[in-house]
Amino acid sequence: MKSSRHVIRIKTRRIVVSLLVSSHQTNFLTIHTLDTGYGIMKRFFGTLFTTSILAFSMSLGLVADAQVNLQLQGKVDIDGSSTVYPISEAAAASFTKKFPNVNVNVGVSGTGGGFKRFTTGATDISDASRPIKDSEFAAAKAAGVAFYELPVAYDGLTIVVHKDNDWVDHLTVDEIKKIFNAETAAKSWSAVRAGWPDNEIKIFAPGTDSGTFDYFKEVVAGKEGSLRDDMSTSEDDNVLVTGVSGSPNAIGFFGVAYYEENKEKLKAVPVVNPELGQPVSPTSVTIENGTYAPFSRPLFIYVNAKSLRRPEVKQFVTFYITNAALMAKQTGYVALPPSIYQEVTDRCRKRKVGTHYLTPEHNKRSGPVTEVYKAENLVN
Amino acid sequence: MSTAPTSVTDSQNLDDRAREILGGARRSLAAVRAREVAIYGLLIASGLFSLLVTAAIVGVLFTETLNFFRADEVTVSNFLGSAKWNPLLGSEKSFGIWALVSGTLLVTAVAMAIALPLGLVTAVYLSEYAPARVRGVLKPLLEILAGVPTVVYGFFALMTITPWLQWMNSDVNVFNALSGGIAVGILCLPTVCSLAEDALQAVPRSLRDAAYGLGGTRFDATIKVILPAATSGIVSAFLLAIARAIGETMIVAIACGSRPQVTADPRDEIQTMTGFMVQMAGGDVSNFGTEYYSMYAVAFSLFMITLSLTMVGNLVRFRFRETYE
Repeated sequence: MKSSRHVIRIKTRRIVVSLLVSSHQTNFLTIHTLDTGYGIMKRFFGTLFTTSILAFSMSLGLVADAQVNLQLQGKVDIDGSSTVYPISEAAAASFTKKFPNVNVNVGVSGTGGGFKRFTTGATDISDASRPIKDSEFAAAKAAGVAFYELPVAYDGLTIVVHKDNDWVDHLTVDEIKKIFNAETAAKSWSAVRAGWPDNEIKIFAPGTDSGTFDYFKEVVAGKEGSLRDDMSTSEDDNVLVTGVSGSPNAIGFFGVAYYEENKEKLKAVPVVNPELGQPVSPTSVTIENGTYAPFSRPLFIYVNAKSLRRPEVKQFVTFYITNAALMAKQTGYVALPPSIYQEVTDRCRKRKVGTHYLTPEHNKRSGPVTEVYKAENLVN
Repeated sequence: MSTAPTSVTDSQNLDDRAREILGGARRSLAAVRAREVAIYGLLIASGLFSLLVTAAIVGVLFTETLNFFRADEVTVSNFLGSAKWNPLLGSEKSFGIWALVSGTLLVTAVAMAIALPLGLVTAVYLSEYAPARVRGVLKPLLEILAGVPTVVYGFFALMTITPWLQWMNSDVNVFNALSGGIAVGILCLPTVCSLAEDALQAVPRSLRDAAYGLGGTRFDATIKVILPAATSGIVSAFLLAIARAIGETMIVAIACGSRPQVTADPRDEIQTMTGFMVQMAGGDVSNFGTEYYSMYAVAFSLFMITLSLTMVGNLVRFRFRETYE
């Protein structure tokens, strides 16, 4: 390949940025971040659109010029969790401002529904509010789909009631079990705690294919148990918002972003932390430091390794990771520690595919993301 | 032939006329035959196409339904004998189709309680009472209703009808059979009205004249003569509307909720057969398991219901047909 002359023009406004570009034969790489108008502009004049190695730039706090790139074309297909959807949608919206000729489609069919398509290679990126399951991992393997597992944010799975519900001040995990478990399945609020009104509880839950449902079920009913069967379910969290905000006796649960967006219609219920013995509300602080337990969890995107070789997907994923912390905050979620984003970048740059959430025997691995998401836990 | 030659005697002239009418120069008999065969084949093929598509759909429904019943957790007695539909939730799966059928019937009943009387009365007004100018405006306006996308009706039901209902009665759920049923009723209104009006218009003028001649008022003529004479057309209009309501999908998926249960209370949340299929197809199952195939079993049941309705419709039309010379 002809060596090209790189002309780099840098306009810095506020932060001195250490730029970390690993480029053997880099010919086309632009770092773009959220559109604020300040920042750095890098241009590589060289051969465009040849196979370039993936060069990631850790650039938190690095803000790019609002320049529009018309050359990059193509399509990025995303599907999966409705919980992760707000982040992916925010990423797609600001990304396509920079690259108007790239088409980014973000679908919502639940984590399971997303993986169903992702593991056959039908989508480039799968949004997931839980780690990939053994069966899905096997399906991907059978179809020859290798993937990168990239955590992007923390979520506090939020339990909500109607704004006018004046009796629920907090819930213990046992009370939540009383409401949602198949065995107990409390019919009325008075059965949950003495003194509460004798009104029928109406429950709105995410669809059984969603990662949120899986996560909630495992916490509330355990691996073998099951949630009650007379709930209204929907894969669309906005339907749940409509349902809970429509009845004073309703209760529901979903990702904290949907609560943040509908605060005027809903009330988030503080959950008693089993270790502290105190009710904790889902806020950015309590979710990040883990006191909002047991309902704090990481959110992921899974990227098809083959797709990541396409320039438009590569650009998009770079953009996504670079801005994940900021977008997580904007959409109501909580940023992961910088060390995790560093690890994420590392996986992509070193092309380390596979999952961290299964043991080599394909059993489930669980624990805080800071402990599980380590290179030595990678299984593929 | 309307333009037959009037004063032609020689065959040559007749031949020219024939050529003029049938077009162009003299053609060989073989070419004509080949063309006729080709056209015949094309027509048969177009007819067969829709037949084939129907057969393919029935075939797929049937084989996938068989797949469903082959699963261990499914029994025919559970499917046809139980009213508990729990393919996804709960500790024990249950596939009792009646929970979904009852939801469908409840919505259809509400819809028909609105569409049938209102549609028929409107049809009578348009056909018997309305001045020609009013009719010329009103009928196209009504037909616009049929052109509104059903997803719009769905949101209308959820965002407008439901709050009204809740304002009137606080026991109405956010998702309920009533508001969906009302929207489906409005959707079916033009179907009933338009077809019933056609049936009324088809009643011969002589019958009307006779009724008026005997001293009947407009109301007498309508109730005692014209409506009975148009019965078969009106009944088939009704049946078509019912079939439409049973198969309606988008409205009930948006407004009626997703909780399958047997209830006669239209204020409660239900799930219809079509609503369940939407939920399944929309990505609520992660694998090709039993619950996925249950979608086909539901579809097959729905198909059987609408098919039998159509057959009943044909029977009724045949039985009540009145022919006037």
